[in-house]
This record gives sequence, structure tokens and C-alpha cells, in this order.
Amino acid sequence: MITVLMIVLGVMMIAGALLAVYMKNLTAAIIASGSVSLIASLMYLILAAPDVAMTEAAIGSGLTTVVFLYALSRMRGKKEEPRD
Amino acid sequence: MISRWIAFIALILTALVLLPFVTMPVSEELTETAAYYLEKGPEELGAANLVTSIIVTYRGLDTLGEVAVLFFATTGVGLLLGKMGAREDKIHPASEILSTGASLLYPILLLFGAYIFIHGHLTPGGGFQGGVVIATGFLLLLLSQRVKKVNHTVMNLLESLSGAAYVGIGAAGLFLAGGFLDNRILPLGEFGRLFSAGAIPLIYVLVGLKVGTELSAILENMKGREPV
Repeated sequence: MITVLMIVLGVMMIAGALLAVYMKNLTAAIIASGSVSLIASLMYLILAAPDVAMTEAAIGSGLTTVVFLYALSRMRGKKEEPRD
Repeated sequence: MISRWIAFIALILTALVLLPFVTMPVSEELTETAAYYLEKGPEELGAANLVTSIIVTYRGLDTLGEVAVLFFATTGVGLLLGKMGAREDKIHPASEILSTGASLLYPILLLFGAYIFIHGHLTPGGGFQGGVVIATGFLLLLLSQRVKKVNHTVMNLLESLSGAAYVGIGAAGLFLAGGFLDNRILPLGEFGRLFSAGAIPLIYVLVGLKVGTELSAILENMKGREPV
């Protein structure tokens, strides 16, 4: 049962990673890479490592995603109004 | 096209070389160090969460190094982004849902973060995780624009003081107990209670404050500024 769940989660992780690389829409790609971290934290929880799972969920899928989104929005802001 | 095939074949060959490491049978017995930690950890350090006693005391120096790495990263971000002018004009106002939800959630998030690092020696989680949860609460405040500017003096002071106190407690272990970052400078207390495990709760509170202020400072630097 656990094995089946782990395999399903692993396939979801690979799918998320591929989406993060190949998505044309950058915001969607960032969300996909955040979901990879979220599934990883779930796997840590199943493997009985709650400490690591908490760190992965908070840093990997929370803060990193937000920092990427900030960086992306700043790059866009620069593109919209070119400075001379 | 050919170079792509060569790269593909090289990848498969590397995978075949590394395969024995993956399929290697894992030893069923604990190593000597792990067995020592498992048997002696609870009575020696008094921390109910064994992971904590390893992270903070047995391998406390590693944790100090990690906190130092985070400190340097924050300093770098502040140095790179701090010189840029503050962005004032074109901030869109936050929506009603976001500002209401943020004002409802952020006290709970701050409380939860504090709970995690105060109970670090009893339950999973500790200073680092609690600090990140606090930074998440701070992020909500920034997004909903309930906080426009952060008092950098107070945050820098809090961060520096907690970092220095962490090293100070570690050095106190040198003189009063067995060695650097030894937690037995305070009485161990009753196993499993909040006031137990010597200096571990104190160290985790300091680490939590430090990580929380550092990550909040990174988020604030990322959001509030724009290249001049």
C-alpha cells in the first residue's frame, strides 16, 4: 500500500519537474516547481521524518516559490517600462 | 543529433555504474554512533525529541555553521538590494479578501511559529522550522500591505543579539559543562516537560528568532525595492 502511494507520488513529482522545465508560462512553471517540493515533503512524512518534512514544506514550497515570484514580477516590471 | 545520442548513451552508462550503490542492501543493524545516540541520548540530555538532541547538542557545531550560512546569505541579499531606491508609487492596493484573510491569519501563524520553536525539544520541528513559519506570517503582512516599512534597526538588533547569545551559550558550555554547546549548563529537569533538556529550549528560541528575522529581511528586501 505504502509502496503504491510512494510510486504514485514519485510519478507526480517527475511530472511536476518536467512541467516546471517545459512550461511556456513562467508563473505556472514556478507553481509546478513548488508542487514538486510539496510532494517531496509528503514523502518525507511517509518515511517518518517529520522534521525534514516541515522544513521542506515551509522553505521549498512556501518561501522559495514566493521569492521566485517576486523576482519574476520585478523582471516583468523592468520589461514593461524600459529605462534610458 | 549524433552528439545527443552520445550524451544519452553516456547517461545510461553512468546510471549502470551507479546502480550497485542504489541496490546495495542496507545494513539492518545500527552503526555504533547511532546506537549510542539512541541509548544514551534521552538520559544524557533529557530531550524527548531525539532529532533535536542530535542537531542541537551532539552535532551542535554543524547547526551553528548552518545558521552562519543563512546569515551570510541574508547579508548578501541586503548588500545587493539595499542600495536600490524604495518603490513607493505603483503598488496595487491589496484585495479585500487578501487583507481580511491576512489580518485573521498572521497572529495565528506567529503563535504557531513560536509554539514550534519553544517545543522543539519535545515535538518535531525546532528553531529553523518555527522561524520559517514566522517569516510566512510576515510575508502575509507584506502582501496585504498592512506593513509598509520595516524598522531595520530593531530587526538587525534582534538578529545580532540572538546570534551572539547562541554563541555565548555555546561558550558557556565550555566552562560550566562538558564542551562547546553542551546543554547541561542548566538543570535537565523532568523528562518530557516544557522546562527540561537544559539549554536546548533556550538555544532553539534564539535560533527561531534569528531565522525568523533573517528570512523576513530577505522577503522585505525582495519586495520593497526596485532598481534605480
